[in-house]
Order: sequence, then C-alpha cells, then structure tokens
Amino acid sequence: MAYQDDIALMAHLMRRAGFGAGRDELEARVAKGYEATVEELLHPEAQPAVDEYTLMRYQPAALLPGGQPPMGNVNWMYHLVNTKRPLEEKMALFWHHVFATGNSKVDNYDQLLTQIKLFRDKGMGNYRDLLLNVAKNPTMIFWLDNQQNHGNAVNENWGRELLELFSLGAGNYTETDVRECSRAFTGWTFATKIPRAPYGRFPWQFEYRPEDHDDGEKVFLGHKGNFNGEDIIDIVVQQPACGKFICRHLYNFFVADESQVPAWPIEPPRDQKAIDTLVGAFRDSKFDMRSILRVLFNSDFFKNARFQHMKSPAEVVVSTLRLVGGHELPAPGIGNLSMQPTYMGQDMLNPPSVEGWHTGKEWINSGSLMARVNFVAEKVGDTSLPGVRAIIDRLKARGTLAPEQLVDGCLDQIGPIEIGADTKQELVAQAKEWGQVAWDSEAHAEIADQRAAEMLQLIVATREYQFG
Amino acid sequence: MPATQETKKDPVIVVLQLTGGNDYVNTAIPYNNPLYRDNRKAVGIPDDQIMHLDSQYGIPPYMAPLKQFWDDKKLAILHGVGWKESPRSHFRAMDIWHTCEPVKVGTEGWLGRVAREFDPKKENVVTTVSFGPSLPRALAVPGVPVACVGGPLENYGFLPTIQGNQRKQILERFAAMYKPAIGAGAVMDYMADTGIDSLKGEDILKVAPQRYSSTVQYPSTSIARKLKGIAQVHFADLGTRIFYCDHSTFDTHAGQNAAGSPGSHPVLWKAVTEGIDAFMKDLREHDHADNVILLMFSEFGRRVRDNGSGTDHGAGGVAFVLGDKVKGGHYGEMPSLEASKLVQGDLDPNMDFRSVYSTILDKWLKLNPAPIVNGTFEQPAFLN
Repeated sequence: MAYQDDIALMAHLMRRAGFGAGRDELEARVAKGYEATVEELLHPEAQPAVDEYTLMRYQPAALLPGGQPPMGNVNWMYHLVNTKRPLEEKMALFWHHVFATGNSKVDNYDQLLTQIKLFRDKGMGNYRDLLLNVAKNPTMIFWLDNQQNHGNAVNENWGRELLELFSLGAGNYTETDVRECSRAFTGWTFATKIPRAPYGRFPWQFEYRPEDHDDGEKVFLGHKGNFNGEDIIDIVVQQPACGKFICRHLYNFFVADESQVPAWPIEPPRDQKAIDTLVGAFRDSKFDMRSILRVLFNSDFFKNARFQHMKSPAEVVVSTLRLVGGHELPAPGIGNLSMQPTYMGQDMLNPPSVEGWHTGKEWINSGSLMARVNFVAEKVGDTSLPGVRAIIDRLKARGTLAPEQLVDGCLDQIGPIEIGADTKQELVAQAKEWGQVAWDSEAHAEIADQRAAEMLQLIVATREYQFG
Repeated sequence: MPATQETKKDPVIVVLQLTGGNDYVNTAIPYNNPLYRDNRKAVGIPDDQIMHLDSQYGIPPYMAPLKQFWDDKKLAILHGVGWKESPRSHFRAMDIWHTCEPVKVGTEGWLGRVAREFDPKKENVVTTVSFGPSLPRALAVPGVPVACVGGPLENYGFLPTIQGNQRKQILERFAAMYKPAIGAGAVMDYMADTGIDSLKGEDILKVAPQRYSSTVQYPSTSIARKLKGIAQVHFADLGTRIFYCDHSTFDTHAGQNAAGSPGSHPVLWKAVTEGIDAFMKDLREHDHADNVILLMFSEFGRRVRDNGSGTDHGAGGVAFVLGDKVKGGHYGEMPSLEASKLVQGDLDPNMDFRSVYSTILDKWLKLNPAPIVNGTFEQPAFLN
C-alpha cells in the first residue's frame, strides 16, 4: 500500500505544481523521491525550454498574434501542453490570475504574451523584483491607465490596484495612501507608441518621465519622504498584510479553495496556521517565491489537501491534453483547442477585469459543467490517442478484469483519483452490467477497449473529477 | 395575413447580441447630415448605395432584408442607446448591459432574473435556452438553469460521443451518480443540481429537431444555424420563454468595409439580416410569430470619425426590436454629430439601455421592470 500511497501523493503534487502526469512519469518521479521531485520542479532552468521553432514553423501567426484571437491563446496553449518546466508554467498562470490583464482593453496579444513571459521568467524569483517589473510593464501601465497619471493630474487606477489586488488587499491602507501611492508613480509611462497604421503593432517600451513626476513629499502607510515608485514597493512588501495576502493567494491556487478575494477582509482563511507558515517563509526568505513554494509543497497541509481544489478551465484542458497525448504539435485544430478554456468560462489572456476570475465553485454553471465533462470525455474516449492507449495497455496487462477491477483499474490509471462511495457503487453497477472484461481474443479485445473507454468517460463525467 | 387575435401563448423574447461594438452611424445612416460624409471619409457608405428608410435615415445595402420589416412597421430603431460615462471596454460595457450595474460589478443577469420570475420553482429547466458555447452573463443567476447549446441542437447533451444502444444506459448511470447525497457538501450538491438540470434539459430539447419540418431554407452561416435552432425549440412548444444568441465580432477597427473580408461590417450584417429574414419566414409559416420579439443590441457604438480604415470604440449606439407585434419606427433621436456635442469624440448617449429593457419587461413580458433593471426608466413606446 505504501507504494500506492506514494503514487497517489506524487499525482497530487504533479496536478498542483503542474498539469498532472501519466503513470509512467509518476513511477519515474516516485523512484526519484518526493523531495527530490519538488527540488526539480523548483529548478526549471535545468530542463529544456519549450521548442518555439516548431510552433513558428506550423503556426507563424502565433509569433505576433496582434489583435486576433485565437493566436494568442494558441501560443500559450502550445507552451502549456509542451512544457517540461510545469511549475514555471503554473506560476505564470498563477501570476496571470493575480496581475490580471485583459485583451479586451489592451487589444494586443503580443504585449500580453510578453507579460506572460515575464511571469514565466521571473515568477519563481523575488516577489519584490517581480512587482517592480510589473510596475514598469507597459502592458500593465496601459491596462491601468498609468500613462495618464501625471504630476499635475493624478490617475489612481494603478496606485489603487497595486495596493488592493497586487500586494496588500482591501482594508489595509487608506484612500490617502492610494493617492500618495499614485503620486509616487507619476511619470511611469511608456514611450509614445508607433501608430498602428500602416505597419502594424510595435512593442511598447517603458519610459520614465521625470518632468511628469510629482517630486513632492508623500506620506504613505505612516512613512514620510519624497517617494518614487520603487520606494513605495519597498514599503509595501514590508507590510505584514502583504505576506498574508500573497500567501493566501498561493494557498487558494495551490492548496485548497478559499472564499472569493473580495470576501477576504471579512472571512478568515480556512487554515490560518498554514497561511502563517507560508508568511513565515515569505518574510524569512525576503520574498523569494522559490523558498515559499518549497515550504508549501513539503508541508503536511499541502499533502493532505487532495481534491480540495476545483480545477480551473485551464487546468481541465491542459491536463487532459497532456494526459491523452497526441497534441504536442500545433496541428490544425489547435485554434479550437486553445479556445476550450474560454467556452468553460476562462478566456486566457482576457480576464473579465483586473480582479481576475472567480475561482473554486464559481467555475461551475450549467454551461461550463457540460463543456468540461464533454471535452474531457471526448478525449479520454478516443482510444487512438497514445495516452489513452497507454492506460488501456496497463489495464490489459492485469489480465481478465472483474467488474470491480475494471473500475479500480481505471480510477487508478487516470489519476489515481478518489471518488465517493455512492459514485463508486454506480460505476461498479455499470461494470457489472458489462460483465468481465478481457483482451484474450481479438473479438474480446475490441469490446474490452470500448468498455475501458466508456468507463473512463463515466469517471471523467463524475462530480469528483471536477476537483484536482 | 390572418386576422390579428389576442394571443394566449406566453410572450417570448429572443435576444441577438451583436458582440464587439456595432457601428451605429453606418447602421442607421443619417445620410442627409453633411457631418456624416465629413467624418466618414474612409468608411462612409456611398450615397447611391444607401437604402433610404425615410427622409433622414437609411441603411447600408448589406442590411437590405430589414427594409421590408421597416416598411411593414415591424422594426423599431432605438437611437443613442447607452448610459452616461460608459466605458469603452468590451467586457465591462457588455457586463453592464448584462447586469444593469454601471458602477459596481453586478452578479445577476437581467434575463436570469426574468427566468427566476417566470419559474421560481425550476419546474421547467428549458425556460431559458442559449445558443453559443459560453453561458452569457445576462442569463446567469445562481440556481437558475440555462440550457447552453454549444453545437448543433441535435447533439446537445452530455457525452455526445456515446450514441446508439449504450447512450440511454450511460446517461441513466450519469443521473444516478449526480443524485445529491447527504453530507457530500455544498459544492457537490450544487454540481448535482446543475448536472441534473442539464440532463433534464437534454431530454426535453431533443424532441425539437425531431419534430421540426419546414420549407424555409436558412443560409449556411453560424448565426442562421442558431436562429434555426431557436425556431425549432420554439415550435416544439417546450415552454421556453427566453432565447439568447450572439454574432461576432463587430469590433471593426480596421477594414470595416473591406470587400469580401469575413470580419467586415457588410459580411457580418448580411449574415445577420439574412438569418433574421429566414427566421421570421419560418416563424410566420408555422403561425408561431405573434408571441415573439427579437432584440438586437451591441455593447457600444463606435467613434464618429473613422480612423482611415475602420472605427474605434465609441459610446451611444443603436438597438433594434423586431416582431409582428412591434410598433415599428424611430424611437429617440440620433445624438448630435457636432464636434462640440460629442463625448471624447463619441455620440453622447441619450437613451438609457435600461429604458429599452423596461419596455420589453413591462409591456411584453408583463413583469415589473424596476427590480430587474435596478431602477425606473422611461419606456420608449415600441410595444403596446
């Protein structure tokens, strides 16, 4: 049983720190060991980067997608499906949830992909440095109108969201702090954009305009001085509220579903001790994300939080494509695949507002539930796909399967995943209607393949399967 | 035409959302206004192509099917629709149309509230049917079921790749797995309700294409397919009161009139108007037109001055209401195109969008509009 526990735990780690893993990969990682695997995940630089040349060869429009969906989504979906650095890519997704920037206003997928690259490159490094990079990111500046934040006419959009959504959380600063913060960021703009007509889009460049900057004294969170943006960030990261806010986000994304962010000022975390542990790591490591993640993935509260997280549409789609295999090349049809998270309620690179998406239970509605079930079922029901074939071959290797063995085998190979007793009863009842399943003759094998595929489809249709 | 009778059938609303910000000024063209020509050097419709509705307004040639509805007084044109200080952001503006909350972030869709009024006990899970892959926010209220038909109506349902003898059995198993169980927790219960509602919906809806027969040929465009699906469900008398669909994208920043370009204003509107033409023919042929009205709207209009190839996001826009019981004509008036009267270069909205909703809610759906649209608004009189 111990080995089976190891496999289950590793599956949990890979689902959360990445986008899942098939049985071959799980066995290899268990052989390496849990802590060693965590270290490997924390050091993506030791793995090769995604091969972008192949993407450019088959989908050249994905290089500079401009204003057109789905090529921006195609570019990111290709990375998500192919990455050998799952935690790096998962952190890019995490930061996209937090620093939510949307194409509906930006109208420039090139710029949004640059932002994702920033999250990919610096997402596991120092949070203070990342925050400074975000403050200088021309995509973010445009999204939150900071180019309209002038010394003689302050625009508070960026200043407010920096405090409310990107660092401290609501209730931990005053309106005066918002104003003073915004004053400190005056002049943080981008170089005049080259007009789009007639040559198309050119990259935006950060520009600091000292003549537009408010050089006066500011009083911010009890500190007094002629603060510029960097100073604000340095003060902010030292606030106890900052560690608590960011660590609660990490908990919500990687460990277990919290209430929605707007409720956080009123509702306490579901596991205060876990947050405290993470905040300790945040402070002691001086905001090093890698260190905090190490503590998180090695903690008991993480290991015990299996299936406490409602999979986001991105996780549903990407983990399915990685599991079933056969989607590594950006073949025709990748446009539609890349839009699947949109149909499930998560338009990647285009969150509905700077508040990002509502997660957890709110991913589910009468439209999205059917979309999720049908997408995954269609994939796992396709026995021509290599990953599905691999699952069936492993079942086949067990010989003739009695009904309960078919159910247990499928639950094991597709996860392993846990389901409730009532649900399991139904699956076993279904398998009993079919009788035993064997690959001992060609005729039997054809039926056995079909039964296995149908059982997999039933499993991914369960409510339990919506959790990860 | 048959003598008009007071219909005992429940009133039905069909919403056709024009996603992306439809260009008002090139849709209801003020062709006699010199400012039109001045501001539309690149995308202006040539004078000899504009189809005159009357002495002031015309429509572009690619919206020709609407002319007959106008002449028959079945088409209401609502001018200058929007609200004060509207954002030029697609998502935010569309959200506001959907939730009637211009300031806060709204959580309930206006049509979701309507569905809740019509069917508070959830006795009919197909009260609302949406054609399109994502659930529109306008229909979303927690606990209110919506049948989201993402693909062809014939394939609607869970696990569409399982067909034949197996399907019935597998779906029964699915239903059994989704039974709410004591102690499963709030989220599991919520998913149980959602799943069971969708299953019921599938059972109910599948008769619609089976029962359908018609002489009308719909064009082979995505919007026509959706409208045909709506007609099929409507004819099946399943009790559906709210239909929703959309066509996109009207976000014509560039190449607005580029000949043959699939994203151009002409191609988009040709598809929409030909689809509507077939749809209304179908409804009338089946004597199912008299309890249906169609609302077309977009999240905002577009800038008065074109940008050399297209138009950018604006404010005041145009909405249409069409149907055999609609009092056709102009409602409101186009905001002034004079530079001094524009707001950031855009038409200043002079008819609140919630006014349009209020007329529909009060006069057609027979509901009190105020709690649904979060306020009391003047009602343009396009319905009796």
